[in-house]
Amino acid sequence: MEKQKIVEQYQQWLDGNEPLPARTTDWGDVIKSLYTPLDLENVDYLNHLGFPGEPPLVRGVYPSMYLGRPWTVRQYSGYDSPADTNARFRYLLGQGQTGLSVAFDLPTQIGYDSDHPMSVGEVGKVGVPVDTLEDMEVIFEGLPLEKLSTSMTINAPSAVLLAMYVCIGMKQGLSPKVLRGTIQNDVLKEYTVRGTFIFPPQPSLRLVTDIFAYCAENVPRFNTINVAGYHLREAGCSAVQEIAFSFSNAVAYIEAGLNAGLDIDQFAPRISWIFNTNNKIFEEVAKYRAARRIWAELLKDRFQAKDPRSWKLRFHTQTSGASLTAQQPLNNVVRVAYQTLAAVLAGAQSIAACSYDEALSLPTEESVRTSLRTQQILREETGVVDTIDPLGGSYFLEALTKQIYDRIKELMSQIDEIGGAVAAIENGFVQKEIEKRAYEIQLEIESGKRVLVGVNKYTIEEEDQVPMPETNPRAEREQVERLRSLKAKRSQDRVAQVLNDVRRTAMGKDNLMPVIIEAVSAYASLGEICGVLREVFGEYQQVKTI
Amino acid sequence: MDRKIRVLAAKPGLDGHDRGIKVVCTGLKDAGMEVIYTGLRQTPEAIVNAALQEDVDVIALSTLSGAHNHHLPRVAQLLKEKQCEHILLVAGGIVPDHDRVALKKQGVSEIFGPGATLKSIAAFIKENLPAT
Repeated sequence: MEKQKIVEQYQQWLDGNEPLPARTTDWGDVIKSLYTPLDLENVDYLNHLGFPGEPPLVRGVYPSMYLGRPWTVRQYSGYDSPADTNARFRYLLGQGQTGLSVAFDLPTQIGYDSDHPMSVGEVGKVGVPVDTLEDMEVIFEGLPLEKLSTSMTINAPSAVLLAMYVCIGMKQGLSPKVLRGTIQNDVLKEYTVRGTFIFPPQPSLRLVTDIFAYCAENVPRFNTINVAGYHLREAGCSAVQEIAFSFSNAVAYIEAGLNAGLDIDQFAPRISWIFNTNNKIFEEVAKYRAARRIWAELLKDRFQAKDPRSWKLRFHTQTSGASLTAQQPLNNVVRVAYQTLAAVLAGAQSIAACSYDEALSLPTEESVRTSLRTQQILREETGVVDTIDPLGGSYFLEALTKQIYDRIKELMSQIDEIGGAVAAIENGFVQKEIEKRAYEIQLEIESGKRVLVGVNKYTIEEEDQVPMPETNPRAEREQVERLRSLKAKRSQDRVAQVLNDVRRTAMGKDNLMPVIIEAVSAYASLGEICGVLREVFGEYQQVKTI
Repeated sequence: MDRKIRVLAAKPGLDGHDRGIKVVCTGLKDAGMEVIYTGLRQTPEAIVNAALQEDVDVIALSTLSGAHNHHLPRVAQLLKEKQCEHILLVAGGIVPDHDRVALKKQGVSEIFGPGATLKSIAAFIKENLPAT
């Protein structure tokens, strides 16, 4: 009876007032001007929302969420030398950061030493150069690994950096069993949107599953993969595509693990995620809630995982760098604040808030401090952490959550029909979908249909002069010299021997982690180890779609 | 019939973020140009060789990772050495203001930063090709 009254009065309200312009979600569905209890009709609380920490996991992955433990404040960071990076890490930890996140330079990410011809001009530009274990020793100098968790944004050479981290731990007297951290290790998205791939898919998946198996036994507190939606979204895809494409990539990793003979519960609990928190607050919260539900269903129903930890979508999120502008950079402080709010309302486990000078350079101390403060103010002053899933039950949010849930599942089915993530990448489907949307967005910006404050509306003549961090023009040369002097003092015979072991193991079927750990302990360089793997595995050739 | 303007687009160096360059390729095609995108990890030598092979009028490079002061002058230098300075060299991405003056002196005709429109890039190319 009450429902009927609402139906009638809603209709009267619509009929009695000026029609309102229809808006659409990021993925193209219509947004109504008003949501009411009628929109909750098909929402079954116990099956569609439930309780935090239990399936369907929509309201949060842990029973206590931020009331038990706040999200980790984890800014992405790396500078042009290991020593400067160590200094920045100490600064961040001193200013309230609670987890480390290492940004490596491009040569490191692509398995080249600082003295490789392809590395010229690139050393130390987007993050820290790491050529050998010695560089990692400097980066972590004075930082007790048993008190920290460290996320490393490294993909194709993940095994090498993980091996180095294990060695640093051992030098600090720590068993690998106590080490906490994450390696990104998500090569599938590198093929489509980020470009730091090295090897073709099959050997890359072998490296991933070797890491799964090794860590399950030896480094059980490490997240062995951080499957990424972040970069897909930065490349231009929608919220629906971000989840559907990254979930499909995860399915490929899971299937590789199972094919390698692992039990799902041996490695699934250590799958973690990195997502992109973008501008539309409610859509982003809905996205994460739907994603948690879909992941839980995928692991329980499709993969028959029995360990409840396997069902839990634990994620780090970085606010969207691509949404920030070079024009009027202080506006970015505001954008990042709203995006961080969305991430907190959505129940993220770990957050990196972009710095406001993101469009221009690596962050200064002041700009990264502002990012830390953004997170701290949210946590300490706004009250949004005082209850779990505070937006739960909102008519709008629940309607959006259900809608995006359906859309994500539709797209995942489409990818399944193509043959899964690897097939969808080989035939260019994923890339073309993302390219198409990136182009549409650009046209919308140029036509003014999509407003970018400061860029196509509310522009000014004078631009703020934003200070840039000091960079050392000799950084590359100094790094190369450090590498040369290290090579001169290490045992060349031992290095030759360990590299041979890596080669032999790569050609066979044994787990590569033990020999890679031996190799890094002997101060074989990242470039030398990856060079051997390149010889054995070959190099990936990017699919042409344009 | 007028020959279409031919553009070689590429990413020099190691950066793999190609959203921008792909959007520019599509935009220039929609503006009536022929665009050949040679992809990631292109060396300056490979870029210039491809430009000659493809007989292009324009080279459009995307640089986001801070290596612009290395790669762009190298391409400009090679064009000079091969006597191909008729090829218009433009770049886009993240290039700080204080580096732009020097790069333009070294042969980069224009640098399109964040917020540049496809229209302005196409217009610049059309207006700045040497008269045939």
